[in-house]
Amino acid sequence: MTLRQPHSGVPQIIALLVILAVNWIVSPQFFDIRLQDGRLFGSLIDVLNRGAPVALLSIGMVLVIALRGIDLSVGAVMAICGAIAASLADSHSLPVTLAAALGVGLLCGLWNGILVAGLGIQPIVATLILMVAGRGIAQLITEGRIVTFTDPALAWIGGGSIVGVPAPVAITAVMLLVTLLLVRGTALGLMIEATGGNERASTLAGIGTRAMTIAVYVWCSLCAAMAGVIAAADILGADANNAGLWLELDAILAVVIGGTSLFGGRFSISLAVLGALIIQAMNTGILLSGYPPQFNLVVKAVVVMAVLLVQSPKLAGLSAALRRRAR
Amino acid sequence: MLPDVSAPPLLEIRGLSKSFGPVHALEGVDLTVRGGEIHALLGENGAGKSTLIKALTGIYSRDAGTVRLAGEAIAPATADEAVAAGIATVYQEVNLLPNLSVAQNLYLGRQPTRFGLVQRAEMRRRARDLLAGFGLSLDVDAPLGEYSVAVQSLVAIARAVDLSARVLILDEPTASLDANEVEVLFSVMRRLAARGIGIVFVTHFLDQVYAVCDRITVLRNGRLVGERETARLPRLELVHMMLGRELSEATHDRAPVVDEAKGPVVAAFQGIGKSGYLAPFDLTLRRGDVVGLAGLLGSGRTETVRLVFGAERADCGSVAVDGRPVRLTNPREAIRHGFGYCPEERKTEGIVAELTVRENIVLALQARRGILKPLARREQDEIARRFIRLLDIRPADPERPIGLLSGGNQQKVLLARWLATEPRLLILDEPTRGIDVGAHAEIIRLIRQLCAEGMALLVVSSELEEIAVYADEVAVLRDRAHVAMLAGADVSVPAILAAIAGETLRAA
Amino acid sequence: MTARTPVSSCLTALGLSLAMMALPVAAVAADLTVGFSQIGSESGWRAAETTVSKAEAEKRGITLKIADAQQKQENQIKAIRAFVAQGVDAIFLAPVVSTGWETVLAEAKEAEIPVVLLDRDIDPSGKDLYLTAVTSDSVHEGRVAGEWLVKTVGDKTCNVVELQGTVGASVATNRKKGFEEGIAGHANVTIVRSQTGEFTRAKGKEVMESFIKAEGGGKSICAVYAHNDDMMVGAIQAMKEAGLKPGSEILTVSIDAVPDIFKAMAAGEANATVELTPNMAGPAFDAVVAFKENGTVPPKWIQTESKLYTSADDPMKVYESKKDLGY
Repeated sequence: MTLRQPHSGVPQIIALLVILAVNWIVSPQFFDIRLQDGRLFGSLIDVLNRGAPVALLSIGMVLVIALRGIDLSVGAVMAICGAIAASLADSHSLPVTLAAALGVGLLCGLWNGILVAGLGIQPIVATLILMVAGRGIAQLITEGRIVTFTDPALAWIGGGSIVGVPAPVAITAVMLLVTLLLVRGTALGLMIEATGGNERASTLAGIGTRAMTIAVYVWCSLCAAMAGVIAAADILGADANNAGLWLELDAILAVVIGGTSLFGGRFSISLAVLGALIIQAMNTGILLSGYPPQFNLVVKAVVVMAVLLVQSPKLAGLSAALRRRAR
Repeated sequence: MLPDVSAPPLLEIRGLSKSFGPVHALEGVDLTVRGGEIHALLGENGAGKSTLIKALTGIYSRDAGTVRLAGEAIAPATADEAVAAGIATVYQEVNLLPNLSVAQNLYLGRQPTRFGLVQRAEMRRRARDLLAGFGLSLDVDAPLGEYSVAVQSLVAIARAVDLSARVLILDEPTASLDANEVEVLFSVMRRLAARGIGIVFVTHFLDQVYAVCDRITVLRNGRLVGERETARLPRLELVHMMLGRELSEATHDRAPVVDEAKGPVVAAFQGIGKSGYLAPFDLTLRRGDVVGLAGLLGSGRTETVRLVFGAERADCGSVAVDGRPVRLTNPREAIRHGFGYCPEERKTEGIVAELTVRENIVLALQARRGILKPLARREQDEIARRFIRLLDIRPADPERPIGLLSGGNQQKVLLARWLATEPRLLILDEPTRGIDVGAHAEIIRLIRQLCAEGMALLVVSSELEEIAVYADEVAVLRDRAHVAMLAGADVSVPAILAAIAGETLRAA
Repeated sequence: MTARTPVSSCLTALGLSLAMMALPVAAVAADLTVGFSQIGSESGWRAAETTVSKAEAEKRGITLKIADAQQKQENQIKAIRAFVAQGVDAIFLAPVVSTGWETVLAEAKEAEIPVVLLDRDIDPSGKDLYLTAVTSDSVHEGRVAGEWLVKTVGDKTCNVVELQGTVGASVATNRKKGFEEGIAGHANVTIVRSQTGEFTRAKGKEVMESFIKAEGGGKSICAVYAHNDDMMVGAIQAMKEAGLKPGSEILTVSIDAVPDIFKAMAAGEANATVELTPNMAGPAFDAVVAFKENGTVPPKWIQTESKLYTSADDPMKVYESKKDLGY
């Protein structure tokens, strides 16, 4: 049995630094940052800004995965909540719009949580339902078109800034801090790790595993709802067909790159967010490089494989053995 | 049969060493097994038995030492190579596939084929013959999982022996078997020994050692303590070799019955039961009393404690805690009333393997305090250190993942988990199962101490001598029903056995 | 569902705009019933095609029965069989895939019901199984865009960045090819960067952001060519956020002519778009009427017009005419 130790984060930080260095080589102005209309502007800012939706998703996803679950519906929830925000923005005030979008996100999470924890359906199947149906729901809301809005308050969420920091980045940072506070500032983190590690033992130790599981799915959907609002605010419109499409996979990948096992247990929220940034740094690097787009997925796959291999305990053992033999 | 002492040894290990980093797991260990003998390999948890077996069977590489099989030096690099050389191993957890048939399990990977097609009839016939050689008559087409753990172990042994074996290693095969099943296993072992196979038998049950083994090798802290003939080794001396100290004989004496007033009732269960699970029963638990639950495997002991703890929901009866009626619908409720429960299945229901000793200890206390009142890290460290010292948990490292500890130490951590909640009623399901003699004695000592401190205890145990020693009352179960309640001076091994056998009922 | 069932008043308002498209209105088409197996409503353009088809049918007094296949070929096959059973006068098919139509089209032919393919062609082995195919030529669309750019920049040096559609999609390949043909022979116009924006606004914006960074803050970019308007709408936002002036400093040309690009044009933020007309049904109706009345066999392929719109074409008026089509 391999027992995972708490995460050091060293492989992830090295991976990010290496990718940033490569980006700097393919695009020497990569680290240039200037102020544009009171907003920080530069490739590094793009990495943070474009990485924000997946980072948000990974904040919720890492908790679900720590509980040995998975949430395939986050992309669809993004589409639904983005569609709601865009549809209401021009006729309602921002608080109402946000409350509606996040409220629906909460309901989506409740649905997933009840299917998983209440009815005992396997998470991958339970969330697949909303993954498939959710995009249809979003299309019903937008009637199959791209619903645009002009409300500057909602637009600020996508394009605005707080002391130069793009709003999506600021929102994600706040969400990360709040989640860290909720999870690591309370006993929730321990209980999630215990439940993910051994649900029966945790139930017998008096942990309310069912309620906690539902709460975690709700939080995951709320993160997705916020990501959906940001995605809609970014393009000043809700694109039900494409908003959040396949991002659930990016979020799962971010969590895995962050060292959290799909078998649950030990997790790190910060490293999951770092994983999201690694993915985005790679995307941005590919875009800057000028390579033909046919190579995008290949490059991405190779880099992801490298990061995951570095983390593999088996490989670490193998390389240690090789070093010994070489001596 | 007595092995021929003059014959050259079948398996000869000399000076075997193995280190993990700075830790010397084995240092210059010898082991000699002759053909046709049953050789006990004994030692406390952490003595190096598992490491020795793994180094022998190619799972670990060895740092130093030689292994000779029938005089020929061997160095298997993988488990398959060890099997090919003639060393087969059967572990406590049977490594077979429960959804495949008995015959398929026996011939998995080496099915008899003709023209590339599996000859099912041939395979079934061979399987039946093979099992008949073990005195087993099974439906070889039935899925293995339909048979008891005992039969599964026997099938695993049959497969191992049929593969090649000249040396068969049995690693705690009896841990989850009842007395009859152990007897069947022993007869198979004797039969195999008579065929000239050398058997290495790892167990924690000293009675079994004396029942079946010819010779004994004892390890302690990775070193060889000695090799003796069973017939010439008194029990006390064996314990001495294993522990390196004299074990107080007191654990096997019944404490004098002090005629004191009964303590106040902590919890009273009346007519609690669940159809298809356990017949309704009454149970009264008092401060400072130990109530034992005795019965054969599957008689309803674990079912009883699960109902008491709310892990299973009763469909009839009533519960009163401190005289007030309560409903126990889940473990959280029970814990709120001051109950604690160490389950029998340590791995699947007890420990959270990848969490640290500290986290495992504070888990139940934290769950009771609630999510919003986290124990500060300083408090957690303090609690963990206190219990590691109190229960002598080894290694004394609160930050070590519990999965890396030995069974006995895991059990102590689970005890610590509940003691940390300062329970009024502690339920222990087989607290001494699968743990070594030293930890065993400590746990019994602890049970008595807790009881003296005014805790109510409900203990399930298969070891009747043990129950007879510490229990004030014993509830005896048979066929998923409580059949007798023994109290005070009536608590004795013969009385419990009689109740289990049903004689009390006839008398009553 | 028929076109005679309440069609909202906006459709009558459409009459004007559709007349603008200068289609010959068939004299006698009454009492014709046409069944239309539509793919679904996966995009705004598809929704507009459905709306326009209904309007075109109404204009001619043709009864149109639309069956929405929800992206499934089996649904389309079922719908065609139902139309054959009902004995409609003609069947329109917008095929979701290009193969597997032989059997069901043979059944229609057996029943002597002409089939017209809309928007997409099918596998060549079925050529004799349908009357004609009404589709746009996406190579031609790209060429029109390229030629416009060449004409507009004249002799000036012009660095073009290209936002491709989804890698591997035939439309993306063709629009790229056509554009390259359009600028061929004009060495002053060169494509300096080309990446996929996956036909979406969000990706269009993200890719444009990286182009701007990679091209010295966008100063060296002379024009943007996008394989569809949605990506261009995203790219326009990226340029504006970078402090650039699309439409004046940087020329834009894209394809599809969806309403939102006309809004951008009206605001002076976009320059040109090439229309992929949603009116595939109009020419199809005309071909069917001619075939039924005079036995005129139409050519195997009816190419729709790829009309170029620029800011000189009163974009606000076009926007008004298009905004209710369901884009």
